[in-house]
Amino acid sequence: MGLSHRGLQLLSNIATNDKHGENSPYFDGWKAYDTNPFHPTNNPEGVIQMGLAENQLCPDLIEEWIRNNPEASICTAEGVNWFRYIANFQDYHGLPEFRNAVANYMSKTRGGKVKFDPDRILMSGGATGANELIMFCLANPGEAFLVPSPFYPAFIRDLCWRPRVQLVPVECHSSNNFMITREALEDAYKKAKEDNINIKGLILTNPSNPLGSTVDRETLRSIVSFINEKNIHLVCDEIYAATVFRAPCFVSVSEVIQDMEHCNLNLIHIVYSLSKDMGLPGFRVGIIYSYNDEVVSCGRKMSSFGLVSSQTQYFLAALLSDDKFVDKYLGESARRLEQRHSHFTKGLEKVNITCLPSNAGLFCWMNLRGLLKEQTFEGEMMLWRVIINEVKLNVSPGSSFNCSEPGWFRVCFANMDDQTVDIALKRIRAFVGKETGSKPVEHKRWKSNLRLSFSSRRFEENVMSPHMMSPHSPMPRSPLVKAT
Amino acid sequence: MGIEIEQPCVQLSKVAVSETHGEDSPYFAGWKAYDENPYDELTNPSGVIQMGLAENQVSFDLLEKYLEEHSEASTWGKGAPGFRENALFQDYHGLKSFRTAMASFMEQIRGGRAKFDPERVVLTAGATAANELLTFIIANPGEALLVPTPYYPGFDRDLRWRTGVNIVPIHCDSSNNFQITPEALEAAYKEAEEKNTRVKGVLITNPSNPLGATIQRRVLENILDFVTRKNIHLVSDEIYSGSVFSSSEFVSVAEILESRGYKNSERVHIVYSLSKDLGLPGFRVGTIYSYNDKVVTTARRMSSFTLISSQTQHLLASMLSDKSFTEKYIKTNRERLRKRYQMMVEGLKSVGIECLKGNAGLFCWMNLSPLLENKATREGELELWNAILHEVKLNISPGSSCHCSEPGWFRVCFANMSEQTLDVALDRIRSFMERIRKY
Repeated sequence: MGLSHRGLQLLSNIATNDKHGENSPYFDGWKAYDTNPFHPTNNPEGVIQMGLAENQLCPDLIEEWIRNNPEASICTAEGVNWFRYIANFQDYHGLPEFRNAVANYMSKTRGGKVKFDPDRILMSGGATGANELIMFCLANPGEAFLVPSPFYPAFIRDLCWRPRVQLVPVECHSSNNFMITREALEDAYKKAKEDNINIKGLILTNPSNPLGSTVDRETLRSIVSFINEKNIHLVCDEIYAATVFRAPCFVSVSEVIQDMEHCNLNLIHIVYSLSKDMGLPGFRVGIIYSYNDEVVSCGRKMSSFGLVSSQTQYFLAALLSDDKFVDKYLGESARRLEQRHSHFTKGLEKVNITCLPSNAGLFCWMNLRGLLKEQTFEGEMMLWRVIINEVKLNVSPGSSFNCSEPGWFRVCFANMDDQTVDIALKRIRAFVGKETGSKPVEHKRWKSNLRLSFSSRRFEENVMSPHMMSPHSPMPRSPLVKAT
Repeated sequence: MGIEIEQPCVQLSKVAVSETHGEDSPYFAGWKAYDENPYDELTNPSGVIQMGLAENQVSFDLLEKYLEEHSEASTWGKGAPGFRENALFQDYHGLKSFRTAMASFMEQIRGGRAKFDPERVVLTAGATAANELLTFIIANPGEALLVPTPYYPGFDRDLRWRTGVNIVPIHCDSSNNFQITPEALEAAYKEAEEKNTRVKGVLITNPSNPLGATIQRRVLENILDFVTRKNIHLVSDEIYSGSVFSSSEFVSVAEILESRGYKNSERVHIVYSLSKDLGLPGFRVGTIYSYNDKVVTTARRMSSFTLISSQTQHLLASMLSDKSFTEKYIKTNRERLRKRYQMMVEGLKSVGIECLKGNAGLFCWMNLSPLLENKATREGELELWNAILHEVKLNISPGSSCHCSEPGWFRVCFANMSEQTLDVALDRIRSFMERIRKY
């Protein structure tokens, strides 16, 4: 049924622009994986996927729970009595049991230090849908949000594509471990004003993607007072809240505002999801929690465009209100993440590769500046292509996260088993050994043989990492299509 | 959480403060009245009966029976194998088995008269999302879609709210059973032109909500010719296609395209959902089927904001690929809806109320204009509606909420309740009509 188009169909500007982000040069990393995916027995020389921030460490805990709780499914004999009620339930308030369970779970992941009001919980199509929705509520087309860099590349798709909001990066630097400084915020805000850009808010991810570290309490307080001073919104994407595996423990913005007397609560909004903490990205559970009544009201209506399946709400209501299970899961998940992180970073240290000190996330922020032939983004791209094509690891280069300094790479470690991690480490060790022991002659060869297959673009542009493309990539065989 | 201090007003977006979500309309009084005093056969027999909700509750038992007989297929199986893969699956292409099952289900509904390619099926969380998404793709803010009146009130939100796109009505009236005429199409297009608004497409619902009737073949052909001439898109929302009482009476735009060898088909897009035909609105299952490759690719990318839960895709993939089940379901569901419709229409006829001749859907389009006498206005209709709500205690939908240009028409749903409740509703209407005649 492929039919030729006679150049008529004008599609909209949104449909024809690039903000979906899939035309980026980093696609080559995904292509390399898709055409040659690693498999321990069938394809041990294939490319290992380390660009996908997924949590695959604890599904066994949930599977066990499922076996013991058949009534949580409306398809089993134990649960089918609820089938018609649930199947018919499309109220955009969401199942009360679901909201209560989510409020309870969110509170636990913040160490019980905050209570969440179930009536402020809104649903959306994953955090992807949640981030887009909150933009539609807070900013007009052409207005802008500040975002500390390095940041999650798909923010461009989520915040800029249909809501047509601009992103203004707030540069962070390795000199202070990429912490967000008041100075950087003020500078970015001032410059935007000078350029006649209307800043409506600040969005940040805490724990950070790609840094893998939590934002400390003082910095959060400083951010909250900054946005209050400027009377702009604060959106905290806390999607990695329960991936914190070591001290300092997670401090949510919801905790910080509790003892800030002069905070205008109407400015504070949290985005959350179960995709990372619980490893359930397929269930599309996006949550918006706003302290602003108007946003709750309008956001709720908007959630019609991306409600969570009532079947899934029903299942999760049961799962997440099981306190025993939740406590066990959170503890065990943190333990396994800590173990994996430790094993991986120690393995890197053996070849003098350091990562940014981190206490959260499903990845680490690896410092490969020492391996760059030139301390430029071109140098970074060159190294990246070597890692893809020779070391056969799909990692994400810092430039795809809008990092202001070349040489940093995000490497995911929670989406594979122990053996694969070890193989990846082996390959890295072999590569680094070769590089650091290489003779000048090899330098020259490496430089001249490498053809850059992307068009020369300025790296200050918001180009995107393919990490967010797969499983959204239009490739015929996405790495995640195993269910069929 | 801190001392409340009067703060300078912080602005939300224009979209946030606009009323295009449509929920501040006077009709919400109807919902409120129901919520505060809902009918219940045993506990509240004098409460308000909800007849404003186009839901299909007549065939749940068929689905439940399927689940009871196929529990292995629909859960993750004993020991939950398949859970972890399913929970991780977020590929916006969707589960292939599910897409294939949807395509085949859509073919079955059309009696095999059209073929659907699973590669062109894009999944969204409900038809609500599908219609909005398509609008984002085919029109820019400020541009317009032509929509025949009367139409589903939710379109005002779905097509316009966040997209910034306008709706220009194609006026239809009872003189020809509200069919869409070529003159009406041209007039609407002209109206847009005069307002300096660029028209990007026509959006039809077939079978129609609120009319409860299928669009005739020649009318569909006219519409296709019209959009081709004007070089614009055609979106056909076929959400009620499985609710046609008699299979042969439904002609999908897909069939016409097939008969034309797919010439000019790249401007055509079909929206479908399982909310009405299968009665599963809670599961959020919508699809876009486009004959345009670029639209398919873009829609798929955009569906990232509104994917269907993989858990639900898994359940429905197994259910809908069971062809003997789906065939039986479609047939039985159709028949039950037909019976309900008949019951409703005959009951109304017996008290002198006419309905538009319908052949599909979960509602009938009732003509109460004779009751308006010299108040044949929108206000008159609203007054009558209020009386029905507060005296007869039925929440039905007035035609003005559907942008009907003729006052006096009402949409009455019959598939979201038991037969007994329908009887009670008809009884109340009977008494109401008798009361009116006395005056």
